[in-house]
Amino acid sequence: MDLTPSFLLNKIPVGQWVAKGLEFLTSNFDQQFRFFSDGLEWLILCTIDLLTVTPPLIVISGVMGLWYVLHRNLKGAVGLALALLLILNLGYWQETMETVALVLFATLISVLVGVPIGILAARKSWLYIGLRPVLDLMQTIPTFVYLIPTLMLFGLGMVPGLISTVVFSVPAPIRLTYLGISGVPRELVEAGKSFGASPLQLLYKVELPHAMPTIMAGLTQCIMLSLSMVVIAALVGADGLGKPVIRALNTVNMAQGFEAGLAIVIVAIVLDRLLKQSDQKTSSQDR
Amino acid sequence: MMEAIRFEHVDVLFGPEPEKGLALLDEGADKDKIYQETENIVAVHDASLSVNRGDISVLMGLSGSGKSSLLRCINGLNKVNRGRMLIRDNGSMVDLSTCGKKVLHQIRTERISMVFQQFALMPWRTVWENVSFGLELSGVPRKKREELIRTNLELVKLEEWADKYPSELSGGMQQRVGLARALATDADILLMDEPFSALDPLIREHLQDELLMLQKNLRKTIVFVSHDLDEALKLGNQVSIMESGRIVQTGSGENILLNPANDYVRQFVASMNPLKVLNCNALMRPVTELSVEPSRDAGIVLDEDRGIVGRVDIDGCLEQVACDGAIYKMVELNDVNDMKTLSANTIVTGTPETSMRDAVEINHHSGHPMPVLSEDNRLIGVVGREEILGGIVRDS
Repeated sequence: MDLTPSFLLNKIPVGQWVAKGLEFLTSNFDQQFRFFSDGLEWLILCTIDLLTVTPPLIVISGVMGLWYVLHRNLKGAVGLALALLLILNLGYWQETMETVALVLFATLISVLVGVPIGILAARKSWLYIGLRPVLDLMQTIPTFVYLIPTLMLFGLGMVPGLISTVVFSVPAPIRLTYLGISGVPRELVEAGKSFGASPLQLLYKVELPHAMPTIMAGLTQCIMLSLSMVVIAALVGADGLGKPVIRALNTVNMAQGFEAGLAIVIVAIVLDRLLKQSDQKTSSQDR
Repeated sequence: MMEAIRFEHVDVLFGPEPEKGLALLDEGADKDKIYQETENIVAVHDASLSVNRGDISVLMGLSGSGKSSLLRCINGLNKVNRGRMLIRDNGSMVDLSTCGKKVLHQIRTERISMVFQQFALMPWRTVWENVSFGLELSGVPRKKREELIRTNLELVKLEEWADKYPSELSGGMQQRVGLARALATDADILLMDEPFSALDPLIREHLQDELLMLQKNLRKTIVFVSHDLDEALKLGNQVSIMESGRIVQTGSGENILLNPANDYVRQFVASMNPLKVLNCNALMRPVTELSVEPSRDAGIVLDEDRGIVGRVDIDGCLEQVACDGAIYKMVELNDVNDMKTLSANTIVTGTPETSMRDAVEINHHSGHPMPVLSEDNRLIGVVGREEILGGIVRDS
């Protein structure tokens, strides 16, 4: 005899519901999604063109200059240039620039979306309570799973890769902005109010400056998360360093796989070091 | 005296539905019961207080007594749930519990500024930029702002530290920055929430003296929160003792020391050293309570045991002090250089402002009581051994 109650035997059509919802979106808003997708694709391709038309040596010296302005450290700038020259030598310059463009766009969108949401969440506790499981879901659900809807909505190319990347990396700026803003000491907020700050003034004169180191950490994290999506984005047709990795996997080509992987690591290190505030500056702010 | 701030039966509750808490409060429920039933914390209950312009009014109590909560009503950081919170603004009293956002903003930028216990300086701003904070918010133009920052940094003697960050300064210096920031907006009311509690005792005393010095010229209306009775009595023209959300006694420091309103205050002031706080005005036995010598010259008896008698003229001025026919030399306290060399036949006279410490010292070295004279030399009272002991024991 089967003792399982009958309601447990009827499968709940969770998957179907999601599929239906997606079908509704694709059949009714297909045009809008395509329009958005084409526009964004054009922007990214322009950026890639700009980066690849410029001779690599000029790009490298530009990055060196930026490093020197930010960190005043000649040694680091030389190391940086050597790492980038290695990528050039291995023959992955075009792919690297594509990846950099993708990562920059993904980070830009994540920050533009994530920081305001983080600020709102810090203001309204109910919003953060509601948001938390959604953020957990976005970061833990296997990334391949949301390649399917993005592919259906935006077609093949850079944009579905970009959107998947944003979905995966936007929780970082949201969480860290929330953390930074809600960590502002009560006395500082009171000091702001007691001198007559409006809510907006309080935000940009007290809360944002105080939260800035944390928000910057969120930005760096966001970049690293975007980079980790490079290979997966390649599965839906995004150009970049992910493509040679996939190709190497399919042909069991160890040499190519390692070279492309090394290039990704170099990009990660360069971007991380470039954006990290030098240690003294942060420590003097922390008192 | 013009009133600057007035609390009228102010209640402050923290929690979800303060109306319910207020209703329970009116029924006479105690705080624990109100918290259990409505999750409201009663911070201040039925506080009424009036602060005069130019005074330093100290709110004094142990932690959790509601003193900081009451202070935060004055600039609207805490909402007044019931009662009226009045501030003088251009000649009329404005009720902060009902005024609109615009008025509140104007009062915060122009009328009131605040100094915090943990300084509340912005760590990413330099000393100069921190002092500039309130001025930026009230929209002072750049030129004027720079001038104000400079003068206020000079006032707290930090002009050489303008480009440093708060983390590079000692605690005492940080609080002076906090003070400069508060003074820069030229608000006439200054709220100070235990400003010196986070500092070590020596620096605390130093800053207290500095504040009193500044106050002599600035004449701000200061509401000062403290849990330290010494500090309260040193700084305050008016002291209010708070216990679990209520003001239990308001008065001058001497008044509270000599006439505690209830057992709580009595306990509070019991361990207080009266030497620094009491003066002869509070200590002396007034001339009306002194007996008149029955002999022919009708002198006033200053010391019954030893038969010291003072003779006054028709205007009440002290002419002569004598004992058994021997006439004492009279010296004003201000003219005494070294108390140890006082001869036995000298009598020292004081004023109502003479401190208890001086009176004790005179008594100790000369052995005689000290007649207290008014400005026009009239005899108004006497401080002898008995009065001094009374001041020490205080619960007669």
